[in-house]
Amino acid sequence: MAEMSVKTKEKKKIIIDPLTRIEGHLKIEVEVENGVVVDAHSTGTMFRGFEIILQGRDPRDAQHLTQRICGVCPASHAMAASKNLDNALGVTPPINGRIMRNLVLGANYLQSHILHFYHLAALDFVKGPDAAPFIPRYEGDYRLPEKVNAACVDHYLKALDIRKKCHEMLAIFGGKMPCHISFCPGGITESADSDKITNFMWRLKEIQAFINDVYIPDVIAVAETYPDYFSIGVGCKNLVSFGVFDLDQKDDKKLLHRGVYTDGKAASLDPDKITEYVKNSWFEDSTDGLNPKFGETKPAPRKKAGYSFLKSPRYDKKVHEAGPLSRMAVSYLTGESTVKKLVDGVLSHFKANITALFSVLGRHAARALECKFVADSMVDWLTQLKPEEPTCVPSSVPNRSTGIGLTEAPRGALGHWVSIENQKVARYQVITPTNWNASPRDSMGQMGPIEQALLGAPVKDPENPFSVIRVVRSFDPCLACSVHVMNTKKKLLAKYRVA
Amino acid sequence: MPITRRDFLKHCGAGTLGIALSQFYLPEVLKIFEAAAAGEPPVLWLQGQSCTGCSVSLLNTVHPSIADVLLKVISVKFHPTVMAAQGDLAISAIEKTYKENAGKYILIVEGSIPIKDGGIHCTVGETHDGKPITILDWAKKLAPKAAAIVAVGTCAAYGGIPGGAPNPTGAKSVKEVTGKTVLNLPGCPAHPDWIVGSLVHVLRFGLPALDEHGRPKMFYGKNIHENCQNYFHYNNDTYAENLSDEGCLINLGCKGPQTYADCPKRHWNNGVNWCIGAKAPCIGCTQPEFPDGTSPMYAAIQDELRPKKVKINSLENTLVG
Repeated sequence: MAEMSVKTKEKKKIIIDPLTRIEGHLKIEVEVENGVVVDAHSTGTMFRGFEIILQGRDPRDAQHLTQRICGVCPASHAMAASKNLDNALGVTPPINGRIMRNLVLGANYLQSHILHFYHLAALDFVKGPDAAPFIPRYEGDYRLPEKVNAACVDHYLKALDIRKKCHEMLAIFGGKMPCHISFCPGGITESADSDKITNFMWRLKEIQAFINDVYIPDVIAVAETYPDYFSIGVGCKNLVSFGVFDLDQKDDKKLLHRGVYTDGKAASLDPDKITEYVKNSWFEDSTDGLNPKFGETKPAPRKKAGYSFLKSPRYDKKVHEAGPLSRMAVSYLTGESTVKKLVDGVLSHFKANITALFSVLGRHAARALECKFVADSMVDWLTQLKPEEPTCVPSSVPNRSTGIGLTEAPRGALGHWVSIENQKVARYQVITPTNWNASPRDSMGQMGPIEQALLGAPVKDPENPFSVIRVVRSFDPCLACSVHVMNTKKKLLAKYRVA
Repeated sequence: MPITRRDFLKHCGAGTLGIALSQFYLPEVLKIFEAAAAGEPPVLWLQGQSCTGCSVSLLNTVHPSIADVLLKVISVKFHPTVMAAQGDLAISAIEKTYKENAGKYILIVEGSIPIKDGGIHCTVGETHDGKPITILDWAKKLAPKAAAIVAVGTCAAYGGIPGGAPNPTGAKSVKEVTGKTVLNLPGCPAHPDWIVGSLVHVLRFGLPALDEHGRPKMFYGKNIHENCQNYFHYNNDTYAENLSDEGCLINLGCKGPQTYADCPKRHWNNGVNWCIGAKAPCIGCTQPEFPDGTSPMYAAIQDELRPKKVKINSLENTLVG
């Protein structure tokens, strides 16, 4: 946007609403003093009430309904819901079922990461053509050499084709995409025939080549041209990863590890330490500080103290960032050897140490490296499939039960929790990645991860606040993904229009 | 004389873009392109209570490719997920189109429109003087001056999942909110062919023939069950007993008999597969009654909706005589 109010002579308020090229509805408000962001508010502006709508329904419908929380990462909600239901119904998918679920989710990881870089984030660094929908745009800080810029613009088109192929690959085992159909409690409905495996592999190889030869080099080219963004957008420096891509039948070993990094120390994850705060959110205060096992969703759209309908999830009462950076860092710190090699390779290229990952470029680099790691692993998984062996075990809904399903969406830690009574959903709670990252201040007054990451961002030209949008988009926010979202309006003391 | 968009397309050759995007930097190419784009009605694509799934589905279009759709078929002035602009720049793009192209623009809405509490459950930006704009405001303001209104996806067409019981936000369809004739393209999400094909029809011939639910008959005129690959199985009492079994899925919850769309023939994602092809029951996502009237999704359809058995011969029998 570029709407500003003057608080003092030096203090300016910039509001960007709508922040586009994200999934969903987000408003960002920052205060700038002497050319630097000194305060920030992140507001989700949409609420649909999925957790309320799910109550009283057949628990197995959660797999289909929750996918519609987010059309960019429905596969992740399908995974969380299916693991949640596996847990509540007491079933474990057969080996084929586990691997095929990983392949479906993996296909969407590749789709999502490529889409995010080229179609959502890149236009903040790469100057698009002077035609709709590439104009209008912010002006004044496109630094790529002309040739590199032109190549990146062409890759924008190529990436559209590649991300489409990711979805085609997914549909081989998913039935269709977005919102695939085949996950169910106990496994997956589709079979692992040799022709499907071959089809999948053929597409995967082409996508792998794009990641290695185009995506990663482009991210490095951007990083080389905008090195200041290795120190902009640092954030809270606490990380949470639920872990994703099960490698055994016990929910134990995962490709990207489960764990947290808090106050400089790595630790294992205890789901009971997750709580959600609502003091600054448009929910009733009586629901403050609950673990999602006991969570409640009671909207209070007129609550004065609220400024977002995102709840604020915290781990051990502390602010934690979720996403590829968290997954890669947690895996790195817990000794994942391939991740270590990939990350060390990039860090040595830039002569940087590991703390450089806490930045706009660190998040983009982590996302690109993770994309490669997942794609390479998918090749192995395909070869582990055994045609004609079962993909699913039968299940039935018990009268009473509870479940938990933890996974990772491309954007970060995703959890579903269910309580079943009389074979119906009594309670369903969801914590999305963007709940973690775009959350407002919690009840202890701590700013959310994106809000914190905005602090200190330099704003040379308030009419073209590049750094603000670059910081926000580095988190790949997915706002419809935030189940608890609603509008609020902050009063401005004075204002004038810039545009 | 200005070069029309169609002249330009001829010049480029049908079907392929013909030039790489970076050639936009050559001023003369850009000039041709701008002249071409000026010939088509502008499109405003708004998102209400959506998950963006229909936009992502549109990206999966094969013939034409999404690049061709965006650069050749339609001229998108506003789309929250693909546009470069944000904030005030983005809002200005809508206002400019509204003023300069009244009666000419095509309004596309993705997502339902909540009306409870004055629509505050979904705001989509703010005015230049800082007031929140709800999707309800925008739909009401932009609909009367649109040349055509298109509801993409089941949420915009009928309320969809946000409108599922107990409908916490008062989610409504575009038609309910605007009272106008709306071209409904349901599906959760809508198939990219349904979106592109309908838009091309609107641009060239106006509204296509619609069924009683406002859906184009050319895409939604046929029943899933009657065109299903398992139709023969149903009529011969061959049923899947458990998920992942072969056979008709009706006892596992398939809503094909009550659902209208051409999925059985069109398939999804470049023809790779479709829901029943993946041995999963149809969830009836193109229906006005979705999701409440098509769930529980794994419970067998009510007896009165169970189709009558039809005596058909298998292909083999037919051939043999």
